[in-house]
Amino acid sequence: MTNPLRLIVVAMMAVAASLSPVFAADPPQVFTLDNGMEVVVIEDNRAPVVVQMVWYRVGAADDPAGQSGIAHYLEHLMFKATDTMAEGEFSSTVEANGGRDNAFTSWDYTAYFQRVASDRLGLMMQMEADRMVNLRLDQSDWLPERDVILREREQRVGSSADRAFGEQMRAALFQNHPYGRPIIGWRHEIEQLTGEIATDFYRLHYAPNNAILIVAGDVKADEVLALAQQYYGPIPAVADLPARSRPTEPPQLAERRLLMRDGRVGQPYVNRLYLAPNRRSGDQRQAAAFQVLATLLGASSQTSVLERALTYDQGLTLSAWAGYQGTALDQGYFTLGVMPATGVSLQEAEDAMDRVLAEFIETGVDADQLERVRMQIRAESIYRQDSARSRAESLGAAMAVGLTPQDQEDWINIILSVTPDEIITAARSLDRRASVTGWLMGEDQ
Amino acid sequence: MKLLLSVLSLVALLATPVAAIEIQPVTSPEGRQAWLVEEGSIPFVSIQVIFTGGSSLDPEGKAGAMSLMTALLNEGAGDLDSQAYATALESLAGTISFEAGRDQVSMTIRALTENRDQVIDLAMLALTQARLDDDSIDRVRAQMIASQEREARNPNSIARRAFAELGFAGHPYATPTGGTPESIAGLTSEDVRNAYRAAFTGDLVYVGAAGDISAQDLGAIVDRIVGALPDSNSTLPDYRSFNAPPGITVIDFPAPQSVIQFGHAGMRWDDDDFMTAYVINSAFGGGGFNSSLMQELREQRGLTYGVYTGLASNRFGDSFVGSFSTANETVVQAIDLVRAQFEWLANGGMTQEDLDRIQTYLTGAYALRFDGNGSIAQILASMQFQGYPLNYINIRNDLIRAITLDDVRRVSARLAQPDALQFVVVGQPVGLD
Repeated sequence: MTNPLRLIVVAMMAVAASLSPVFAADPPQVFTLDNGMEVVVIEDNRAPVVVQMVWYRVGAADDPAGQSGIAHYLEHLMFKATDTMAEGEFSSTVEANGGRDNAFTSWDYTAYFQRVASDRLGLMMQMEADRMVNLRLDQSDWLPERDVILREREQRVGSSADRAFGEQMRAALFQNHPYGRPIIGWRHEIEQLTGEIATDFYRLHYAPNNAILIVAGDVKADEVLALAQQYYGPIPAVADLPARSRPTEPPQLAERRLLMRDGRVGQPYVNRLYLAPNRRSGDQRQAAAFQVLATLLGASSQTSVLERALTYDQGLTLSAWAGYQGTALDQGYFTLGVMPATGVSLQEAEDAMDRVLAEFIETGVDADQLERVRMQIRAESIYRQDSARSRAESLGAAMAVGLTPQDQEDWINIILSVTPDEIITAARSLDRRASVTGWLMGEDQ
Repeated sequence: MKLLLSVLSLVALLATPVAAIEIQPVTSPEGRQAWLVEEGSIPFVSIQVIFTGGSSLDPEGKAGAMSLMTALLNEGAGDLDSQAYATALESLAGTISFEAGRDQVSMTIRALTENRDQVIDLAMLALTQARLDDDSIDRVRAQMIASQEREARNPNSIARRAFAELGFAGHPYATPTGGTPESIAGLTSEDVRNAYRAAFTGDLVYVGAAGDISAQDLGAIVDRIVGALPDSNSTLPDYRSFNAPPGITVIDFPAPQSVIQFGHAGMRWDDDDFMTAYVINSAFGGGGFNSSLMQELREQRGLTYGVYTGLASNRFGDSFVGSFSTANETVVQAIDLVRAQFEWLANGGMTQEDLDRIQTYLTGAYALRFDGNGSIAQILASMQFQGYPLNYINIRNDLIRAITLDDVRRVSARLAQPDALQFVVVGQPVGLD
């Protein structure tokens, strides 16, 4: 078998001799239709089911200024009527075929998916292709749906201090980039959205040459391609797709600090966000170093650097965490945070967190810990094969932010090859001037 | 939506797929049973073990003891302290996790084929020689109090808990599985050890496995795990149906939107009409944009982001329960609509078209539940826990198809009791005193 991934793996083994090879499943197969629509097939024939996902390269960060929430609002409205289908017919047809469907919106993409028995794929494609161009929004549909979204916002953000705090943190981290806006939108702007605004947004961004089709499950790639050509192929490309250029961040010169009080907070905590690099096509090493850094600092609730020092050895925190989000079109971010133990102030906990980070940079990476992390990453390459759906999801997210299927295949091996020096360099580059530190406290704390 | 998932999980398991997978009954060398789906294409296995009891065994005033105990099981065992145990498990890249549920403690194991035996060794240590050291107890108890403090301020949890207290007073189901900040603060090292002894017994235990493992290897593992455990001497709780008085209970909570939990008594899981009730609930409020309640409240009027109902038919008690959120100004309208839908259901409102639609959906969607080894192992263990026969998976769709509109109308009249509805409203609803 000539599997290019296998060759990379063999080369890798020479470097990391103690690791057994990365588990290589069949790589996804990639096609492009004449109208520019990308088609990716992940074959997994263990069960007779399939997931179809259509990802549009447009998300909340593309909402025009003053119209935050429009990408997400449109996602809801995509379940309304088209020229040939009645309001609600899409989902009821999926349901009548024993399937489940839904959709989600992020800053960089909007995705629609159905899970069905694999022999129903053609019907799903027919309907998904239909609503790519034939959506028809009547006021009797878009008006109550706007209320649904206000209820959704209230349910998600209005009833959770953590969510509201997270929204404030992002808004402070990004000084110019629309990543600082909530996906669902600010309430006062959602209230002003209309079907007409949604239709304009739809016409501008929804087109085959701005979409990625991912089909994963019990299918054959050539059959999927034939179906895709039949249903999506006839839709003409849009010639004047807007370029994906959003406002970018200026040099950030001043560390930001937030203090939020909310009566619903049970236990106060500190969270910090830093700007960090994102994954870039053909250039993922720096991002990989941040990924490993986050894993070493905070992934394990027992043996990670922060938890071991702060929760176990010093007893200063109830928990401590670190994270990295690099799958983004324009900018990634890195997270650190601590929840103080009883009797420890937020300031003491934050200082201790910073001390641990400084000591980590000083002493360097523990070789045994790095080895364990690599073992887990390698194991993850096996475990993740268990779900065609989650493979489809992570590949779709990567492609929607400009990475290629090859970048996604390479990612795990790049992570495995990150060196201790690269990790420390990443840690050193975390810049407080490009960060926001927030304290979330109760009213009486 | 998380709040309802736990309620619905038992129900969801009933919709276990037919065909497509082949369950292999395994008898161990020492005569114990397990169910297996062998699938060797990916070199790992998922094993799910269910121990009957769970937080229902928490003694009076000790709510959360079982949860605290399970949270301590990755904090060291045998000669390995907390750090050493975690390090060993991470080096193997395996997963061993424990979760205390209402009626069971479940153990989930995920292990690569290459080092499966070593992962099982660590699981055995946790099951039989957990350290439960005082410093670990202090630390984990503080973490649990923090998370319960958060729950205690979450309107969804407040609604769910108040609803349970109203309907299950004096029964273990009245208290949350994870306890309250106060009950957890009072738990001692002895309480934790008692919970440990009560939880892991060898007589009411169910094992499911899926992935890269042979029947022979699984049999040996079952003997190792189950053979090492004593028999149970705990008293299981009495069975109870939800029995709150009808009405509306308002709990003040400062937010522009109210969270509403509603319902009344449900149906026993072993009732002859349970399958029909399950089908009725699926069409009425069991998820999906087309359920009766979703159409009335969300699609037609935009009153809520989502409304769901479920048959919480647990081992020791039942309720028919639902929830939604709506603006404080529309709480009265939404409650009236829910009540009207219950009346519609009780009076035989469901049509042949509704029944056809839901039967097609339920029988067609079976395969979607084969979501990999982890899900399959979990389904296999749960089916045994709930007493389903091995062939259930092959007859389940026929049972659903056999349900007639007459069945639906007869059982709807039994299931839906509009006059018995209790609504717990957490928020500042307008027009309710």
